Amino acid sequence: MTVISPETASASRSAGIPALLKTAFVNALIALVLFSLMVGIRTEAGSDGQLTYWTRFGDVAALVAAVFGGSIVIELLRQWIGPAGTEKLIPPAVQTGMSFVGRYLAPALLIFTLLVPVIFYDQRYILDLAILVLTYVMLGWGLNVVVGLAGLLDLGYVAFYAVGAYSYALLATNFGWSFWVCLPLAGILAAFWGVLLGFPVLRLRGDYLAIVTLAFGEIIRLVIINWQDLTGGPNGVSGIPRPSFFGIPLDNSDSGLAARLGIEYSPTHRIVFLFYLILALALLTNWVTIRLRRLPIGRAWEALREDEVACRALGINTTTTKLTAFATGAMFGGFAGAFFATRQGFISPESFTFQESALVLAIVVLGGMGSQLGVALAALAMIGGFELFRSLETYRMLVFGMAMVLIMIWRPRGLIGHRAPTVYLTKAHAISSDLVKEGHG
Amino acid sequence: MDYFAQQLINGLVLGSIYGLIAIGYTMVYGIVGMINFAHGDVFMIGGFIALITFLLLISTGLTAIPVILLIVLLVSMAITALYGWTIERIAYRPLRHSFRLAPMLSAIGMSFVLTNYSQVAQGARVKPIPPVITGGYTLHESADGFVIQLSNIQIIVVITTIVLLAIFTWLVSRTRLGRDMRACEQDQTMAALLGVDVDRTISMTFVIGAALAAVAGLMYLLYYGLVDFFMGFVAGIKAFTAAVLGGIGSLPGAMLGGLAIGLIETFWSAYFSVEYKDVAAFSILIVVLIFMPTGLLGRPEVEKV
Repeated sequence: MTVISPETASASRSAGIPALLKTAFVNALIALVLFSLMVGIRTEAGSDGQLTYWTRFGDVAALVAAVFGGSIVIELLRQWIGPAGTEKLIPPAVQTGMSFVGRYLAPALLIFTLLVPVIFYDQRYILDLAILVLTYVMLGWGLNVVVGLAGLLDLGYVAFYAVGAYSYALLATNFGWSFWVCLPLAGILAAFWGVLLGFPVLRLRGDYLAIVTLAFGEIIRLVIINWQDLTGGPNGVSGIPRPSFFGIPLDNSDSGLAARLGIEYSPTHRIVFLFYLILALALLTNWVTIRLRRLPIGRAWEALREDEVACRALGINTTTTKLTAFATGAMFGGFAGAFFATRQGFISPESFTFQESALVLAIVVLGGMGSQLGVALAALAMIGGFELFRSLETYRMLVFGMAMVLIMIWRPRGLIGHRAPTVYLTKAHAISSDLVKEGHG
Repeated sequence: MDYFAQQLINGLVLGSIYGLIAIGYTMVYGIVGMINFAHGDVFMIGGFIALITFLLLISTGLTAIPVILLIVLLVSMAITALYGWTIERIAYRPLRHSFRLAPMLSAIGMSFVLTNYSQVAQGARVKPIPPVITGGYTLHESADGFVIQLSNIQIIVVITTIVLLAIFTWLVSRTRLGRDMRACEQDQTMAALLGVDVDRTISMTFVIGAALAAVAGLMYLLYYGLVDFFMGFVAGIKAFTAAVLGGIGSLPGAMLGGLAIGLIETFWSAYFSVEYKDVAAFSILIVVLIFMPTGLLGRPEVEKV
């Protein structure tokens, strides 16, 4: 096997065309071996259960050629740009620029978001997409409390989302409780599960925590699938009531909101209402998080993320600190879940797979772990990008996975990867998060 | 009692397959300190390559099953190992010195890439093969007619696992590569200063892990007679659970954890309910971690300030 060692890679930077061609040739050869069987031979089960196959050597040739050309382009780009330097302290110009953007971008985005239903009133598709993006913004902000602030790696966040969604769906369909009663209940139940999961989690560190949360997410999903009497199993819960405007239904009846206000009924009213509902919920999440960060508990979270041993030495109760972070994050997940249920009108276990957890986690990390604005932008980019590739169908997840890998290589610290202190004496000094060495939480 | 013995055999066979995958997780974790989320999908790719090679060899008119299986084993190990090497090269090496979460997210992305790559390349439908290895032995027949069966394929799975483990243990404890691997596990900087090629050692770790996963893929194909593009996720999570249960970073622990998960799953489906077998496996993982936070054979983590 040919191993391209860093020496030859750096040599090719100066050696020019022959070395460049050699690297590209080796890469193409590797690609040929990789794709020869997986792409070159297509298997399919016939109607009688017998496997048949046919060859697709044209596709392999195209892929190998693409790898050959691609590695030449990448090598050329690398020579042209030169080795990537990492800037540790953010230069003042960038820092002022960033604070300028930070000061004006967030309010500008907020105003734009508030105006979205006005601008795109006739475009149902955009409104639906905006609601979806805001749902993920809220989930991202909720998980940000756990991952971004407290530094606890949670791979099963979707479990709390599911708990919230099923709490509302079951309470509403079985007892006819209204959305506004169920919403806090969904949050409380999710937080309760967060505390319940939190107990075993407290003694675990780092990656053990990751696998336990992942296992917990799977347990919740499997229980939902198998407890058919309660949850309807794989068929899910349907006929979940739509939210009302504090008791006034948003429908075409005489007692509906449109009739009471004396305006003509339009189904868009409900969409716009849902839009402002999730916006309010998301902003609540954001506001609570920002306020909590300034409280002792929020500072304890951030301290815990940076160094757990030091935290214990300073007398911070790591147990309760972790528990509150978990419960707070779970509660927001529960709120988002209840909203999801009322918006869809139908929920099934398929909506709560590990892929959702991974997507939300990707949003948080891409957003820069702890940066509220970054998470919102990342949610917009991810979900928007996801929608752009909707026509590609099966290729969509392939592209999504590749994008995740490339983004991580390009910006491991996320879009907004700097740390600004929440408390400071005279002036806030933002530093690049590369400088921060996180303890194993 | 007979029923119990039969389930014990089934559980050990399933556990062997999990154990083979779990070694890949635990090795990578021990050396690089990251969860290689894509490893379950490497196992799936191994299964697919075994299937395709098998199909090709059958169509050439080769009839000697042992020869076919040997070629299938070697080809799928070689190509899957190259997959493992490429994945490390593309997705993990650039992030080697980055912060903790970055390589893991990259791995999750890579897992999506591999799952959907094989879905696009080979279609979404389950690919069955006819039983290749048939026959077996009747160990015991009780008065009420219950028979304890030990099929040939079960014997092959267990023997292959034991042989591979023996080779692997020799590799880690007796060879230059194994010594390099253990050195990198303890202290990468120091190992590099003493002349160990860290990059090459880490690459070889991924290559060996992927090759073992390919063997597990072939065993899965022969045992269950089918592969599909989504099988890597569940098997990967179970194997990772096994690695954590045994104490992540510990090689005997991975095998022990694999056997434990296989047995728990089999016995739970045999005596309680098939639907909740995964719930049982994950719950026992959580319970074990509550009382033994570093798994069964893991070393307690020393905190340095």
